[in-house]
Amino acid sequence: MRDKYDKKTLFLEIFAILLALLFLVPFYFVIVNSLKSFSEILVDAAALPNKFLFSNYVKVWDILNFPRVFVNSLIITVFSNIGIVIISSMASWKMVRTPGNFSKILFIFFVSAMVIPFQTVMIPLVKLGGMLGIMNSIPGIIIMYFGFGVPLSLFLYHGFVKSVPVEIEEAARIDGCSQFAVFWRIVFPLLKPITVTVIILNTLWIWNDYLLPLLVLQDESIRTIPLATSSFFAQYTKQWDMGLAALVMGITPIIIFFLFLQKHIIKGIAAGSIK
Amino acid sequence: MESTVKKNSNTENNTTIKTTKKTSKKMKKFLSYAAFVGPALLFFIVIQIIPFFMGVYYSFTSWNGVSSAVEWIGFDNYKQIFTNDPKYYDSFEFTTKFMFAAVVISNIIGFTFALILNAALKTKNVLRTVFFLPNVIGGLLLGFIWQFIFVRGFSAVGDLTNIDFFQLPWLGDASTAFWGIVIVFAWQISGYMMVIYIAALQGIDTSLIEAAKIDGASLYQMITKIIIPLILPAFTICFFLTISMAFKIFDLNLSLTGGGPFNSTQSVAINIYQEAFTYNNYGVGSTKAIIFFIIVAVFTTVQVMVTKRKEVEA
Repeated sequence: MRDKYDKKTLFLEIFAILLALLFLVPFYFVIVNSLKSFSEILVDAAALPNKFLFSNYVKVWDILNFPRVFVNSLIITVFSNIGIVIISSMASWKMVRTPGNFSKILFIFFVSAMVIPFQTVMIPLVKLGGMLGIMNSIPGIIIMYFGFGVPLSLFLYHGFVKSVPVEIEEAARIDGCSQFAVFWRIVFPLLKPITVTVIILNTLWIWNDYLLPLLVLQDESIRTIPLATSSFFAQYTKQWDMGLAALVMGITPIIIFFLFLQKHIIKGIAAGSIK
Repeated sequence: MESTVKKNSNTENNTTIKTTKKTSKKMKKFLSYAAFVGPALLFFIVIQIIPFFMGVYYSFTSWNGVSSAVEWIGFDNYKQIFTNDPKYYDSFEFTTKFMFAAVVISNIIGFTFALILNAALKTKNVLRTVFFLPNVIGGLLLGFIWQFIFVRGFSAVGDLTNIDFFQLPWLGDASTAFWGIVIVFAWQISGYMMVIYIAALQGIDTSLIEAAKIDGASLYQMITKIIIPLILPAFTICFFLTISMAFKIFDLNLSLTGGGPFNSTQSVAINIYQEAFTYNNYGVGSTKAIIFFIIVAVFTTVQVMVTKRKEVEA
């Protein structure tokens, strides 16, 4: 298949480019119309704006309290990621290095929970969260993400640790390193490729998550981007001029993240799914 | 005599030292296991496993979420749901239909993209990025974006071109709203599936393809007889992912149609959410959630078993 560039390939290429343009059309509509006045959108949504209007963005920036919600989303995503990486890499390493029935059963216990839909645990979780005092707080939701993130991340680490040679660790043990030192100084750096995958998968999930924040975060000051966007739409129904500006603002951070790290992301997604 | 006693006590001493040494070693081993595995296990149990079993319990109660009294009512909730809850039944019907349409379409598109991008195109990397792009946007924002496309964008294109497709009522009508959600889901997920299929295609031994070419196999034969059988594991994964994502659809559904028109596109996840948090029927909501869990578990296990068996046969 990887042969010379002939006419057939050229046609295929043109076809693929047209498809890609078609794929991007929704972005065209959203961006173009976010720069128009409301009446101009109603006249013709397909045309370019007569004059670029940035006032929508200025208004929405304040209504959404964008810097605030952006920072909230960022804090939740970053700290959830750190915690998930630490606890699941440690657990999976120990489980792989302690063969036996107990580790095996524990692994199955973790992994089989992946079939539990979030909707099945959400109702009691709200009750339990209230009892534990972790509702309506950013540290609280981060703790919840630890719990929900563990199964998949542990599964990915578990598969990877198996391929890491034991000999290096044994040598370090003989030299008198403690278990923690062996793990953090020697093993963890070797896990970097799968750590990247784990972080990418968890970031896309947590950053975009809507339902858990909806249940947990009530105060306006701790809302995330998806929460703020949905309450904006509930309040300003059909006011597309501002609504579209809100959407563009909402998707920009994650798209920038993606474009910067796209090679890692696409590789990581493929690696994470095939394992 | 004395000496033998001494000897005895000596050996006794030795064994106690040995056993304490042994237990302390065991203890140490246990402690280090607990230190490494404990945190993950703790968070996992508190956040997922305990609520899961609480949910099983609540499904047999009439709890309303507010009162402290939780009354045990046996299978009443289950009976009520199975005999007298057409809305829940409808939401299952919608979700199942949606799942089939969404799984088939997004996998066909994803696989086709992968085949195209596996050729020696010059713009391969850019195209891959473009096709994957919608997948990084969350379902909620995506739903709002497409609400605008369907309501304003399509009608604008329809006015320009007079093509019937763009002049349909889309989100305003039950059958087109259904396809509206399928389109958006496919737009979001196809790129993801494509990435998995590409990874699988790159693992194929090119000499097999060359051999088939020399034997004069047509493109269709090559895809169905050689490529697909060789990458069946990728199909298992992609079907598993799309089935579970489609079945649990919530955000996109909520922001695109809100379940409308007339609840015709209400997914099970939305139905459960409303039962619990809009109508405050936590008991019934829990029952619905447990039934949902059982169906999702059965569906995904059966699918994995079936496709795995195909893998073995191939």
